[in-house]
Amino acid sequence: MMKEQLENLRKKAEEELKGTKDRQGLEGLRIKYLGKKGELTAILKQMRSLSAQERPVIGQFANELRSLLEKELTDRAAELHEAETALRLKMEEIDVTMPGKRHTLGHRHPLTLELNEIKEIFVGMGFDIVSGPEVEYDYYNFEALNMPKDHPARDTQDTFYITDNILLRTQTSPVQVRTMEKHKPPIRIISPGRVYRSDAVDATHSPLFHQIEGLVVDKGITFANLKGTLEAIIRQMYGEDSVVRFRPHHFPFTEPSAEVDVQCFNCHGEGCRLCKGEGWIEILGCGMVHPKVLSNCGIDPEEYSGFAFGMGLERLVMRKYSIDDMRLFYENDVRFLNQF
Amino acid sequence: MDLSKKWLKEFVELDDMPIRAFTEAITMSGSKVESWKTEGSEIKNVVVGKVLSLEHHPDSDHLWITKTDVGSGEPLQIITGAQNLKVGDIVPVALHNSCLPGGKKIRKGKLRGLESNGMLCSLSELELTKHDFPYAIEDGIFVIQEDCRLGQPIQEAIGLNDTVVEFEITSNRPDCFSVIGLAREAAATFHKPLKLHTPVVKGGHGSGKEMLSVSVDAPDLCPMYSARVVKNVRVKPSPRWMRERLRAMGVRPINNIVDITNYVMLEYGQPMHSFDYRFLQGNQIKVRCAAEGEQITTLDGTPRTLHPDNLVIADQNRAVAVAGVMGGENSEIVDDTTTIVFESACFNGPSVRTTARDLGMRTDASSLYEKGLDPNNCIPALNRACELVELLDAGDVTDDILEDRHFSEERRRILLEPDWINRFLGISLSKDEMKQILSPLDCEFDGDDILVPSFRPDLVHKADIAEEIARYYGYDKITSTTLSGGAQGKYTVRQKFEQLIGNTMLALGASEITTYSFISPKYYDKILMPKDSPLRHSVAISNPLGEDTGIMRTTALPSMMEVLSRNFNNRNDSACLYELATEYLPTSADKLPEEKLKLVCGMYGNDADFFTAKGMVEDLLEKLNVTGWDITASSEEFSYHPGRCAVLSIDGKPFGVIGEMHPKATENYGMDCRVLSFTLDVDTLFAHTKIEKTYRPLPKFPAVERDLALICEDKIPVIALEHAIRAGAGALLEKIRLFDVYRGEQIEKGKKSVAFRVVLRSCDNTLTEEQINAAMKKAVKQLEKIGASLRS
Repeated sequence: MMKEQLENLRKKAEEELKGTKDRQGLEGLRIKYLGKKGELTAILKQMRSLSAQERPVIGQFANELRSLLEKELTDRAAELHEAETALRLKMEEIDVTMPGKRHTLGHRHPLTLELNEIKEIFVGMGFDIVSGPEVEYDYYNFEALNMPKDHPARDTQDTFYITDNILLRTQTSPVQVRTMEKHKPPIRIISPGRVYRSDAVDATHSPLFHQIEGLVVDKGITFANLKGTLEAIIRQMYGEDSVVRFRPHHFPFTEPSAEVDVQCFNCHGEGCRLCKGEGWIEILGCGMVHPKVLSNCGIDPEEYSGFAFGMGLERLVMRKYSIDDMRLFYENDVRFLNQF
Repeated sequence: MDLSKKWLKEFVELDDMPIRAFTEAITMSGSKVESWKTEGSEIKNVVVGKVLSLEHHPDSDHLWITKTDVGSGEPLQIITGAQNLKVGDIVPVALHNSCLPGGKKIRKGKLRGLESNGMLCSLSELELTKHDFPYAIEDGIFVIQEDCRLGQPIQEAIGLNDTVVEFEITSNRPDCFSVIGLAREAAATFHKPLKLHTPVVKGGHGSGKEMLSVSVDAPDLCPMYSARVVKNVRVKPSPRWMRERLRAMGVRPINNIVDITNYVMLEYGQPMHSFDYRFLQGNQIKVRCAAEGEQITTLDGTPRTLHPDNLVIADQNRAVAVAGVMGGENSEIVDDTTTIVFESACFNGPSVRTTARDLGMRTDASSLYEKGLDPNNCIPALNRACELVELLDAGDVTDDILEDRHFSEERRRILLEPDWINRFLGISLSKDEMKQILSPLDCEFDGDDILVPSFRPDLVHKADIAEEIARYYGYDKITSTTLSGGAQGKYTVRQKFEQLIGNTMLALGASEITTYSFISPKYYDKILMPKDSPLRHSVAISNPLGEDTGIMRTTALPSMMEVLSRNFNNRNDSACLYELATEYLPTSADKLPEEKLKLVCGMYGNDADFFTAKGMVEDLLEKLNVTGWDITASSEEFSYHPGRCAVLSIDGKPFGVIGEMHPKATENYGMDCRVLSFTLDVDTLFAHTKIEKTYRPLPKFPAVERDLALICEDKIPVIALEHAIRAGAGALLEKIRLFDVYRGEQIEKGKKSVAFRVVLRSCDNTLTEEQINAAMKKAVKQLEKIGASLRS
């Protein structure tokens, strides 16, 4: 009799369970059947009227039924959750080809970009970075560097003058002189910065451009050191397999002097438009610091020797990115800047 | 400097060295080859022919039918329009499938119905002029009067097959501006003997001394003056070999006398001048400084006014040439000149340079002289000129060399220090090996003293000798070694700080720009700088390229504005840019200006407004760890909108400005949009940055948030309210955030409603209601003091 009641209850509960569409409904069903005042509890309350023989049998049956209903409720809940999630996922589908939300990042100027790389190379090789005034005394720019007033080499560096004795530096070498005046060797520095020459603006000339010069002074510095050091730097800048040549040249403040060429990376020495048919591209000037320059700066040339070098930044960057017009660097059009 | 290889071969035997090998090797020994060109290399299939017959073209009144013998096969029928031919003429014939200079190609074809198997060429079609072949005519076929055979390639027949090498000569080597100088380098490079020729002059045409005297009044400016008189000058074209060489070196042949002076200048590197003897008053030449205001009309027809700084060649009464620069019209060689005076002199380089610059005429001669020439070269060059006069039968050379010399003939001595040189270069050569390198350069030895030749003014110091050793030993043979001794390179704190500024600006979305440091004074007007502003006092360039680059900027703002304006005009719809820019502030006239680094940022578009710029500044200062700065509204900054500008200060000292540009300023830059900018002084930022950062433990107790809705006079700045809240809430206050400002309906006119969210926290305990209420109450009290009350 009671078993029958329980059996009916199970059937009814299972049916209602199937018909439930959401979690609130499920909670209602749990309360309706399994709650303190639920139907199963109500039936169990009648257990007292059963005989001692029937009681454990029915008791077991009732407990099994309770477990069964609990399990079915949980399963149904999981089923419903699964269905709800699936529905949500379906609703929330987006067009992933729409543009991303971007944050604007600034772009570094290509000249600084390259200069920073070069600085890293030199700092890694034990060089410090030193700067100095751009408006400079004639003495530091020329005279201390073995170029007295009438020196013909001054012709090749058309100079902007402020007064007879003050000018816009035509090279960053005055920084070297100032460094040598102030510091005792060993010296290992580079001096990057703006330099000025009276050249009209066109695709390959600018009255303002950037140089990176370097200086090493110590006991026993040799021309062989100069070659070894610059070769190591050039390999870092232009690649491990670059072919380098040191070619005699003349600078008033170094002796011996050299210009350094790398074999054209475009034609590998055959001669092409990039290297103007020469097969080589000139990248820097260098030499052993003239003993007179050392004495001018208060360094004894019998005790110390040194080498110096210099290169132009603009041409280097132009070659690196195939930029054909130097004016682009100073026009600063964002369509240009955004490429770096 | 161009060099004819044929001419070079007269001094150095180079056999048949390929041109590439020659240029590579001589470049590596220090004479850099820029380029080279073989004359006539563009010409192909053009040969010598002989006109056998001439007939009128039946269908034309100006064309001729020729039969031309080109040395092989049947004579060719060629139609020509030239009118200067006769039977038997020797002419250049461009055959079928030939090439002419400039890439012109010739093929056979028909002219008015008759076959033409090529073309007879004029001078200009071979890119020649009457100067190269004075006997030829310019508007007709080039009728060749040279010794040649039919069918011979035209280049061979007329000597158009020299190779010309262009050298870059450095300023320390004036001796290399000559064939002999380069020949000496080539001889040393290729270990060949230098075959120098000693000119021999026969003379025998009377005494020169009786005709002319020469003297130098300014010996420091003219260490050597020499001259020789040539009588009965016979002006005519020079022979072919001379014309060919001049042409190869880029000099136009004129006549034998002019050509001889040019030839000697090229060969010896010694400028020569010639005077008409009849015009030298008082039969004397005097080298002296010009009188103040002395006049001379130079050969180019220009009257010149001279100063005592200018050295002149004068006769008894007047200047007849500007020494080392240009001759005077008053003593010029003319058509009926019969007796000339050749001058070969040495003038002080700096003096010639100054004079040429003052008079604004740099000539071939002056650019040679200004590098410093060798006084010992004057006599050989003069002799060579006279030898050539005799060789060319251009006149009768008199007996005496007239000269006045004021220089030491002693050679400069430099001690050869092999140990020092080896150490300096990182090589190991013996003393003898060094001597073997130096000998071909005309160095002589007296024991260990090197006796330097006078044409090498650049060899003064033992380092100069080291260079000679190095370049002939071979730079490439010196084994590279790396530096010994470990050195630690590093960025300074300041350098790292500047990098941090740059990196932060990039992260904030600003791109870096690079601008010129010089600007036009007009740029100050564009940014509305008052006429009496001290910032208008700028460092001025005395020789600027133009007005736009005439002064060094005292403010970097105009540079930024130019760039923004250019972007705007290039239709870029937005830009946000920064520059770490130097400003140049004059100190006193004989001192260097102060160079100050500024961070300048400018932007337009993308809805940027004052608070965009201010936000960037706030982010930047936070990143730089600069605290304790104040911001106050300012209507005094001339470039900015008076109601949208603020000055930043720290310890009461201003260090920056943020603002919207004044609409008049943006108008001046042709921009019709809002432009924002800020400028910060990098030195001040650096002085106040706290580089060492300290860690604060995370809070242990929860924070409490309270909202404060206030009503106050519209003119009270938000910062005043903030300060009041801070002052009231005291140590418990963690953060204040403004979240609403409202004016309008429900608010009394002239007032505004301002709402803050206040975050309170204690590091000792979880805040109690009492603590919170007490803090808020004090805040409200402070607010009331400045006229703000809680909104009911």
